[in-house]
Amino acid sequence: MVTKDGNPAVGIDLRESEGALKQLVARILDEAKTVGASSAEVSVSQDHGLSVSVRKGEVENIEFNQDRGFGITLYIGDRKGVASTSDSNDASIKETVARAANIARYTEPDKCNGLADADRMPQSMPDLDLYHPWPITPDDAAELAKRCEAAGLGFDKRISNTEGAQTSTQAACRVYGNSHGFVGSYISTRHGLSCLLIAEDAKGMQRDYWYTVDRLPGRLQAAEEVGLEAARRTIARLSPRKVPTGRFPVVFSPQMATGLIGHLLGAISGGALYRKASFLLDSLGSNVASSHLSLSEQPHLVQAIGSASFDGDGVATTDKAFIEQGIVKNYLLSTYSARKLGMSSTGNAGGVHNLIVSGKVCKTQDLLGLAGTGLYVTELMGQGVNGVTGDYSRGASGFWIESGELSFPVDEITIAGNLKDIYRDIVCIGDDPDLRSNIRAPSILIGSMTLAGS
Amino acid sequence: MSNNLDVAETQLLKPTGLTSAQVESLLGTLCDRTLDLGVLYFQHSRAESWALEDGIVKDGSFSVDRGVGVRAVSGEKTGFAYADDITLAAITSAATAARSIARQGGNHTVQAFKRNEAIQRYAPADPISSISDQTKVALLRDIDSVARAENPAVKEVNVRMSASHEVIMVMASDGTFSSDIRPLVRLDVSVIVEKDGRRERGSSGAGGRRDLSGFNIEWASGIAREAVRTALVNLDAIDAPAGPMTVVLGSGWPGVLLHEAVGHGLEGDNNRKGTSSFSGLIGQQIASPLCTVVDDGTLTGRRGSLNVDDEGTATSETVLIENGILTGYLQDKLNARLMNTRSTGNARRQSYACLPMPRMTNTFMRAGQHDPGEIISSVKKGVYAVNFGGGQVDTTSGKFVFSATEAYLIENGRVTAPIKGATLIGTGPEVMKKISMVGNDLALDDGIGVCGKDGQSVPVGVGQPTLKVDEITLGGTQTGH
Repeated sequence: MVTKDGNPAVGIDLRESEGALKQLVARILDEAKTVGASSAEVSVSQDHGLSVSVRKGEVENIEFNQDRGFGITLYIGDRKGVASTSDSNDASIKETVARAANIARYTEPDKCNGLADADRMPQSMPDLDLYHPWPITPDDAAELAKRCEAAGLGFDKRISNTEGAQTSTQAACRVYGNSHGFVGSYISTRHGLSCLLIAEDAKGMQRDYWYTVDRLPGRLQAAEEVGLEAARRTIARLSPRKVPTGRFPVVFSPQMATGLIGHLLGAISGGALYRKASFLLDSLGSNVASSHLSLSEQPHLVQAIGSASFDGDGVATTDKAFIEQGIVKNYLLSTYSARKLGMSSTGNAGGVHNLIVSGKVCKTQDLLGLAGTGLYVTELMGQGVNGVTGDYSRGASGFWIESGELSFPVDEITIAGNLKDIYRDIVCIGDDPDLRSNIRAPSILIGSMTLAGS
Repeated sequence: MSNNLDVAETQLLKPTGLTSAQVESLLGTLCDRTLDLGVLYFQHSRAESWALEDGIVKDGSFSVDRGVGVRAVSGEKTGFAYADDITLAAITSAATAARSIARQGGNHTVQAFKRNEAIQRYAPADPISSISDQTKVALLRDIDSVARAENPAVKEVNVRMSASHEVIMVMASDGTFSSDIRPLVRLDVSVIVEKDGRRERGSSGAGGRRDLSGFNIEWASGIAREAVRTALVNLDAIDAPAGPMTVVLGSGWPGVLLHEAVGHGLEGDNNRKGTSSFSGLIGQQIASPLCTVVDDGTLTGRRGSLNVDDEGTATSETVLIENGILTGYLQDKLNARLMNTRSTGNARRQSYACLPMPRMTNTFMRAGQHDPGEIISSVKKGVYAVNFGGGQVDTTSGKFVFSATEAYLIENGRVTAPIKGATLIGTGPEVMKKISMVGNDLALDDGIGVCGKDGQSVPVGVGQPTLKVDEITLGGTQTGH
């Protein structure tokens, strides 16, 4: 399984590294005590992986990655200092901890600082079964990517060029420990295969891509299927048209709906709320979206992309609802943001874990039927989202919906509105959630948005 | 005064016990295959930032990153590995992995190192230690006071000061032996204002390749006041119109237009592969004859400037478009070799752990003839956009967007009501041909631009004079205007 000039990381079993990393955490926490920290928390990570890309049937890049580093947050009373390094030898530990302590001497006291309460750490660690190494050689990884790209290139003669296909496998170990005596760890893998193709006709070139990603190599979509899907999507975009400016129903594809849901989660996140940088201030218990929308998280799903037993503060994660039939049930809070708001952590330091979108579900085809005439968005461009006001204006491309069917490709238009109105205007959601993403969004139909085109 | 290479050797190799002779012999081993190029990239970077929120300096962080990247290039193939230990064993292991790209035996000769001392575009000072931590904390508090005193509508103030110091050294089988010592600093101020139940954000920032000695309250007050001013303007903004219209872009940061509309599309990798909408168009008219666009990595102290790029090639001024004619691409060594040309000194990487690619440095349009006031008064009905967030481009179709964060209506040649932020969308080659007036007021941005490509971020600069685009689509919410 190891070629002569093989992956230097192949053969590393992170199950064996976990113990050493836990000792490293203990060593760093000891050092923090030595420099006078009243409390401290440490994260150590070790990653390794391989990624092989091919283009036009030839290997383009073989990249090996191998990283190890740590970060420390220490507190001297109510003052905080943070430092991190890619070095974990003893001299670096001393220097990095001293740097954090020095910073804590100059920052100002903040009563909301400090570790999460000890009783919020997980009492036991569920086995999330996230570690499934893929002992693939660079040659075999290249072969897989070649099959993927070849299937795409052969799909249609209008596929004129390619950015290639890529196989990647990554493994990571994260250990978190704090001066309460808690230390938690998890090891995980993440494998993927992707393909990006270019098609051309008299109206010019278009690109599109497809990918598969999973914690288990055996669950990846077949290489040929990934290439074919990339090809189908690329061909479908040829000869796009602009559409007239006006107000129309808009269907977000599952991939684009992920972002739309992400903006909603951002607006009910502690950091945005205590900074008053959200358009959904004081929204707990109030109606912020259509009753057809519910959002919840399931952090303990086995083998899932977003699973974790504790958050970035070491707080145990739990199943919970954020939005129930349009009403805010929980904010997303870290220990610090919760204290700023006079609330308690929801175990969301670092974000959500396996976000599930539910509500009024209909078949994707029926969703297009309900839209009647409008836009099906498959790509959004730019950063035109104002988190303070909810104003939303982004570049878009996709397909025009006529009589409930996808009719022709559309590009060089924008869609705009205010997110407060957009979430209330959710008509229904599709039955096609994208399970590749931590936010498992299905397609979403919005009653009406402003399209700017010709 | 010792030169950069001596400093880099001392800092990167000496603590590890490695000598440049050992590295040279390692490159020999790396290249005993049919390789075109073997490259070692040593890096040691330190970064510090301080942040104020709620009137107190509550966050400070420091990070150190050290490592070496090993790249083996054969034809269009690249093998890459890296080590975050600078030791002979770790580099040898990375080199063994990287050279797996080349299969057959060969005898590529390693050229003797030529010590290359590039012209210095900035002083090699360490900005982190250039002022005391006490001074940094006091400055942040003073900035907070200035912003709050500016207007009672100011409710929240966030200030962040960041400084980094990076030492890099490149040794390659083509004889390259270069180093660069890169300071980088920035100050960001963002405020939230509230009036009559309406809230808005405004932000401003500045920076460059220098130390922190110029970071005093007189200078920083301008940034704080600008953040408050933009927030207040947006409090009064009305809904933006939707559809195609004439747009006048202000000077400076709106040059993000050029970064997106042409810059990315003119990077060597896209053009070597034929995947850019500008592929194969050298010598052709791709923009209005009023447009001359350059990328210049040699500007003194600019955020996008480098003494040498991340392959050790001296940076240069590259004319991309001259009087509307496409004249050049941005190149690194790999793409230049495959396209039979020379590197323009535009190879950049986020760190030793990433592969270099052709990237922009400071990209801007040269000044034209028109007075900016004359440009605005030529527009009967349109929009004047003076500040932007970011942009994005699809280099294959040429579609690009950039999002206005401060813009006004133009009515009968006069700038009138502020409008809400909105995205502009167009196709690079089409929009560039619709530039009908170019101002005489070339300005570069204030030095806080970040460019992302294939997941790697690098600091860049942009700039332009005031420009008039006859027609581009504005993504507002008001139809039927």
